[in-house]
Amino acid sequence: VFDVSAAALAAQLFTGLVLGMIFVLLAIGLSLIFGLMTVVNFAHGSFYMLGAYFGFVLLGLTGSFWVALAFAPLAVGVFGLFVERVLIRPLYGRNPDDPLLLTFGLSLVLVEAARVIWGKIGLTLDPPAALAGAVDLGFTWFPTYRLFVIAVTVVVVVALWVFLKRSNVGLVIRAGSRDPLMVTALGIDLRRIWLLVFGIGSALAGLAGILAGPMRGAYAEMGVTMIIESFVVVVVGGMGSLLGAVVAGLLIGEVVSLTTFFAPKLSDIAVFGVMAVVLLLRPSGLFGEAGLME
Amino acid sequence: MQRRTFLRTTAVGAATLAFPAIVRAQGGDTIKIGFPGPTTGPFGALAKDQQQGAIVAVEELNARGGVLGRKLEVLFRDDELKPAVGAQRTKELIENEKCEFIVGGLAAHVQMAINEQTKAAKKLFISVSQSDEISAKPDLGPLTFHEALNPTITSRAVGTWVSQNLGKKWWILYADYAWGKQNTAVLTDVLKKQGGTLLGSTPYPLGNPEFSAHLPRIIDARPEVLVTMTPGADNIAFLKQAISYGMKKQMKIAQPLHWLPQLKQGGPDLYSDIFAGISFSWQLEDQIPEAKNYVQLYRKKYNEPPGDYGAYAYSAIHEVARGITLAKAVNSDAVASALLANPTYNHYKGKQWWRTCDHKAFQDLWIVKGRERSKMKGDWDFVEIVQKVPASESLDRTCAEKGVA
Repeated sequence: VFDVSAAALAAQLFTGLVLGMIFVLLAIGLSLIFGLMTVVNFAHGSFYMLGAYFGFVLLGLTGSFWVALAFAPLAVGVFGLFVERVLIRPLYGRNPDDPLLLTFGLSLVLVEAARVIWGKIGLTLDPPAALAGAVDLGFTWFPTYRLFVIAVTVVVVVALWVFLKRSNVGLVIRAGSRDPLMVTALGIDLRRIWLLVFGIGSALAGLAGILAGPMRGAYAEMGVTMIIESFVVVVVGGMGSLLGAVVAGLLIGEVVSLTTFFAPKLSDIAVFGVMAVVLLLRPSGLFGEAGLME
Repeated sequence: MQRRTFLRTTAVGAATLAFPAIVRAQGGDTIKIGFPGPTTGPFGALAKDQQQGAIVAVEELNARGGVLGRKLEVLFRDDELKPAVGAQRTKELIENEKCEFIVGGLAAHVQMAINEQTKAAKKLFISVSQSDEISAKPDLGPLTFHEALNPTITSRAVGTWVSQNLGKKWWILYADYAWGKQNTAVLTDVLKKQGGTLLGSTPYPLGNPEFSAHLPRIIDARPEVLVTMTPGADNIAFLKQAISYGMKKQMKIAQPLHWLPQLKQGGPDLYSDIFAGISFSWQLEDQIPEAKNYVQLYRKKYNEPPGDYGAYAYSAIHEVARGITLAKAVNSDAVASALLANPTYNHYKGKQWWRTCDHKAFQDLWIVKGRERSKMKGDWDFVEIVQKVPASESLDRTCAEKGVA
């Protein structure tokens, strides 16, 4: 089992990093939305799917991957704004299960809609010529596009972190997730913040989708398994924690990658094993605050 | 997408949802054939080809006046690639829709579920996708027939050719379910007999779109040939990722089968120089008159050439019709007896026959290689035929080995 070269193992770790990046983007959105609004957004996987399909449509219209990469997440973000304003907002203040059921239903509708509009057969997206091919990392050849995915994710996560820590709006978002009542009492309209956060979360899912498209293709059911694994990431990282989503996303990516390497039959269940262990040792996740669920 | 195209697509989509795909013949007293298949999910494209092949057969037969003076009708149902759903849909087709015959199924595990229902209801079932079990104990029933190739035949033919022509140091990557595992077992056996070395074999969960975690280890092992069982949509994702890791240049890649919908979707950038077996390719129209007839009918209706899985369905519908004509009765028992008493047929690719002990169809298959874009003649010329493997009962297990002698 351990008869493997150091180069292969290094390539494996790098591969896991890319898997982790997609989880990070999905988990940040889920975690932000939950942390602020205590909405468990089951439609997040469908937003991921929409990101890939919107990317495909934009690529077809403009012929430019860069335009698709910039505007597909925006389009998903706008769709997220619409969903929050029209579907989720009427449910605030009611049983927390209500938005969960609504977004679950919405995810079924979106998957079916994608089948109707784009067909039941998957579509392929090609990375731009500049990102095709592979780069020599010294220990292995690695697909250029996958390095690009790492770079984009790092930039987006850092930008988001700066936004949350340094901007006034970020301050309000953080305050709103700590104590919404107090923030409202200070005269801030939290509903606008919720709308914004839901839009940002949706756009991040859309970004994950368009980034994953050239690697995995676009198909209606692509979000179904990703949403489950992303929830695992959020739970492991701690509900509502940005740092937790990043660390846990990378951790789960590496766990998937290394189990595939050493014990491929276990790669499906290994992530759930990690979740079980983390929950036993730290019930609110690696970086979660106790009491958020109550 | 233009607004008009969008409207048209959504309208067609809505119509498809509202009216299940049914080919209705005129007149009341039709002969009904039930056809379950996974139109949604990773095998959707293959299932669509199957449905279209069945439709072509039914329209061809009805244009000739039907069978025993009655028109044929095929009722399609989505089994969602789930055994339980496949069983339920089959039961409904038999009990509610009064289908006397069932043709269809894609993926071995769903076929088994359909077969359980047809066995219980004592209806004829012609399976049109790969499985080793369907023509062996305990699954084979008195009315179970198997039109498609199976993993044993395919992998014995393809594995032998690959080991003799591409190299004897292999790595195998396979989808972790019946079809993948059966092919892996047969290929491993073939490679051993040919004196080759299996450097490793790795399973992955069927329907998984991410293969990258499998690749560094395979690259590190330096096999001469990577043989993969990555069916349906997985095939595209796998090839895309393997090529992005530069693997096409480092080793030969072979798989038991090429499927036309995937060839079309992936195109020559993915499929050039990938070797595989194939039960039918439309280019055979140049060599075989029956192939020409089928390809032309299909092209006329769908504006594209047929794939291999559609051809299975086309042939199976014709076999139901031939059985009814021979038996002069619309009855599963009579049709099954008539087919076994007259086992030789030829609907689309040359002579085939039912082996009477296991109701398995024997047929030619071909080794093909993906063409480069510059060598393609037209949009659909994805493969070149490298070699024909003639039909032979020795490629399959014997009936004694299957427990049905």
